[in-house]
Amino acid sequence: MKIGVPAETRAGERLVAASPASVGQLIKLGYDVVVEEGAGVQSSFLDEMYAAAGATIGDATAAWGADVVTCVNAPDEERLWALREGSIFVSMMAPQANPELLATLSKQGVTALALDAVPRISRAQAIDVLSTLSNVAGYRAVIESAEQYGGMFTGQVTAAGKTAPATVFIIGAGVAGLAAIGAASSLGAQVRAFDVRPEVAEQIESMGGTFVVAPEAQQEISADGYAKPLTQEQQAAAMHVYAAEAAKADVVITTALVRGAAPTTITAEVVAGMRPGSVIVDLAASGGGNCELTVPGELVVTDNGVAIVGYTDLTSRMPRHTSQLLGTNIVHLMELLTPGKDGAAVLDLEDQVQRGMTVAHAGDVMWPPPAVAVSAAPPAPQGPSDEERAEQARAAKEQAERKARRRNLFYGAGAVAALLLLSFADSATVQHLTVFALAVIVGFYVISNVKHSLHTPLMSQTNAISGIILVGALLQIGSDDALVSTLAFIAAAVASINIFGGFLVTYRMLGMFRKDPS
Amino acid sequence: MTLTSLAQATYVVAAVLFVLSLAGLSKQETARRGNILGMIGMGLALAATVVLSLDRSERPVMVTALLIAMVFAIGASIGIWRARTVEMTQMPELIAMLHSFVGLAAVLVGFNSYLTEEADAVHQIEVFLGVFIGAVTFTGSIIAYLKLSARIKSNPLTLPGRNLLNLGAIVVSLGLMGWFIASNSVLPLALMTVIALALGLHLVAAIGGGDMPVVVSMLNSYSGWAAAAAGLMLSNDLLIVTGALVGSSGAILSYLMCKAMNRAFISVILGGFGTGGGAAAVDGPQGEHREVQAPEVAEMLAAARSVVIVPGYGMAVAKAQYPVADLVSKLRSAGVEVRFGVHPVAGRLPGHMNVLLAEARVPYDIVLEMDEINDDFPETDVVLVIGANDVVNPSALEDPGSPLAGMPVLEVWKARQCIVFKRSMATGYAGVQNPLFFKENSAMLFGDAKTKVEEILTSLRVGEGANA
Repeated sequence: MKIGVPAETRAGERLVAASPASVGQLIKLGYDVVVEEGAGVQSSFLDEMYAAAGATIGDATAAWGADVVTCVNAPDEERLWALREGSIFVSMMAPQANPELLATLSKQGVTALALDAVPRISRAQAIDVLSTLSNVAGYRAVIESAEQYGGMFTGQVTAAGKTAPATVFIIGAGVAGLAAIGAASSLGAQVRAFDVRPEVAEQIESMGGTFVVAPEAQQEISADGYAKPLTQEQQAAAMHVYAAEAAKADVVITTALVRGAAPTTITAEVVAGMRPGSVIVDLAASGGGNCELTVPGELVVTDNGVAIVGYTDLTSRMPRHTSQLLGTNIVHLMELLTPGKDGAAVLDLEDQVQRGMTVAHAGDVMWPPPAVAVSAAPPAPQGPSDEERAEQARAAKEQAERKARRRNLFYGAGAVAALLLLSFADSATVQHLTVFALAVIVGFYVISNVKHSLHTPLMSQTNAISGIILVGALLQIGSDDALVSTLAFIAAAVASINIFGGFLVTYRMLGMFRKDPS
Repeated sequence: MTLTSLAQATYVVAAVLFVLSLAGLSKQETARRGNILGMIGMGLALAATVVLSLDRSERPVMVTALLIAMVFAIGASIGIWRARTVEMTQMPELIAMLHSFVGLAAVLVGFNSYLTEEADAVHQIEVFLGVFIGAVTFTGSIIAYLKLSARIKSNPLTLPGRNLLNLGAIVVSLGLMGWFIASNSVLPLALMTVIALALGLHLVAAIGGGDMPVVVSMLNSYSGWAAAAAGLMLSNDLLIVTGALVGSSGAILSYLMCKAMNRAFISVILGGFGTGGGAAAVDGPQGEHREVQAPEVAEMLAAARSVVIVPGYGMAVAKAQYPVADLVSKLRSAGVEVRFGVHPVAGRLPGHMNVLLAEARVPYDIVLEMDEINDDFPETDVVLVIGANDVVNPSALEDPGSPLAGMPVLEVWKARQCIVFKRSMATGYAGVQNPLFFKENSAMLFGDAKTKVEEILTSLRVGEGANA
């Protein structure tokens, strides 16, 4: 089958749905790939590079007329007419907002797979373009803010005085938020981040941010990985946190987008309370914006000198890597659709992932898909209550005490028994046993300090030393009893193997351990 | 001053040297010196003993001297030959073999002591104990040797009522001891020797391959106790001191190993792990794993800032330590921070991984213990798990019903990316499925560890050539 990669039709779009590398992978799956002339130029992928990867370069008709057509954004209606009946169309479609598009596609008998409708389950993560785009957008948001912010992100101490590091406050620790935390902290900023889900604290810290703790504003661990709507009190408390943090921040990046809708996090009042020269980047601008003053697609500067970045094309501003990553997402999708690796795409509507993405098939609109159990974050098991825990601790303590008592009793009995036995032995034996007991204790303290990495040499060394039994055998070897002498000879021979072998192999091993010369 | 008192004095010096020797082995910096001190101590002790032995010889001195010379010739030639040729991956076998020698010597010395010395109850008990421990050590070590060198299967042998069998052997031996003290005849001693030999066989045969670190250190301990018992029967303080040192050393090692596996010493000794019950064994969490190829891993490594390698027995089996060492030096010269995280029970011998890595000339200061490295995983970009399984199993911490529950493990899943080198999706020694393989940030690299590491090296070189 043939996969077509047309040039994007939306004005200003710089992305493309395949990179030369992903074309190579598609061809490995058995497909022929036709790329529209100049499709990748804006992403720095030239036609020659596609051709070198094995694609044919064609015109728009060839690309749109392929068996499988992949693009980033759904085109306008007239382009859609170029799709053949029975072909597979892969693109982002925002299916919940575009019923007409779905209607047109189904009327045409096209099988449409929406890249932005991938179910959020672990298995589908390799196809999830929303994660890909959020990641890039989060990074770019930091870059945009850095451009607007009139200073350096990292703090410096120079001969000409010192500059404080920028304080970046990030609202929402989803994929975009985490990417922004990572990018900002690697530029040297002090990053603080807030999320209503307390379980993301660890992720925030792993990216180099500080988690803003506000228990009254944070909810319980969610079952589906998305934040739940907040209660009134939580909402109020969260707004309070946003205001307080924004007032202290040089840069605020807000990423709250719950299923396409953008709740307000930064009110006009909060913006008024921010310092002149500070920056807000609104990653939810496409959904209307988290900030009341955001103008989607625009950069606005308020009267008090706060720059509000409302660009909705952040991912297109990094076309090279975004296209590369999207291309790989699409390769993963085609792998799923091509179980035979034979260049023949098969749609399996029983498969949760494929069903979830299919928005039109065989003349029917398939949106919305049946609900799936989302497994993004399994709910944490309900921990025991405080009383239960106290009860358990008490029980454990009692048991430990009982055990200690029993152990003391046991040791006591052992000591008495040893005492009785020893009192029957003669003084020479007792003396030997004294030596024995002391040597055991010395051995215990000496060996306890040995490093784990030296345990093997320790064993071979103790092995060599226990060859000391040779002393006993040597003293018996001179006996005039032939049997004794023979037995002693054998014992001495094997024990001496031990001594020579053990010491030498230890020596050899220790010679291998060396310290890093640098 | 008599020859005997001179020898006694030398023995004191030797005993002190042995203690210093073991103390020296506690750190890398002083380990070499510890080894040498042990040799000197042994040399002094043997010289004194040879003089004493010649002096006490009941036969012509020349004959005795000749016998002693032959003993040393045999010991030196075989010992030196084995020590020089043994491969580091075979250290566990060699050590097990050497243990069996001590056991055998203890049995023979015990019999000789019975034959040559006056019978009194205390001495008889000492002889009896010495022979018993020696015999158990002897056959136990031979089985351990055969299992470790894969000459017999390492599966635990589970006879019905095996604990009763062991208990029975001990009870019967105690009875025989009574008989021996009463009659001083050789028959009960010989019978007990046979029983003890069988007990040694059965004890170790019942223990599975993964518990071998415990078994080897336990046998190490036994060989020490055997020497100490010989010292008691011969009234030789040097033997007592040395035996006690070795015995407690082995006991501590066994204890540490058991703690690292979160298992009671008794249950390891009683054996049969991973076969009995088995309800929770195989039906662990299943899921989908992701596979990667060597070139992708090479890319990840080249882009990483910090890498941790977790080696396991699989690395020893594949002899992958050399290419791994090359990989490490390559990455380090490219400015990547590379460290090793070694679990206490990785391998078949305490500290086995450290010796293998040292052999491949990996600097020991980048080889860290579990506790030293566990906190660093969240800041690690890539973890390579090479031939380890159970020691990186998250269910030890997360699933209270798992057979591994409570065992401290290397928390590799906290790293950004975790690559698991493995031959197949088979379970590890404990027979437990490993949820690590199905985590989102882990990927499987299937194949022989050595070949795969070499492939990664090649890809890295190619990548470098392209950049240059």
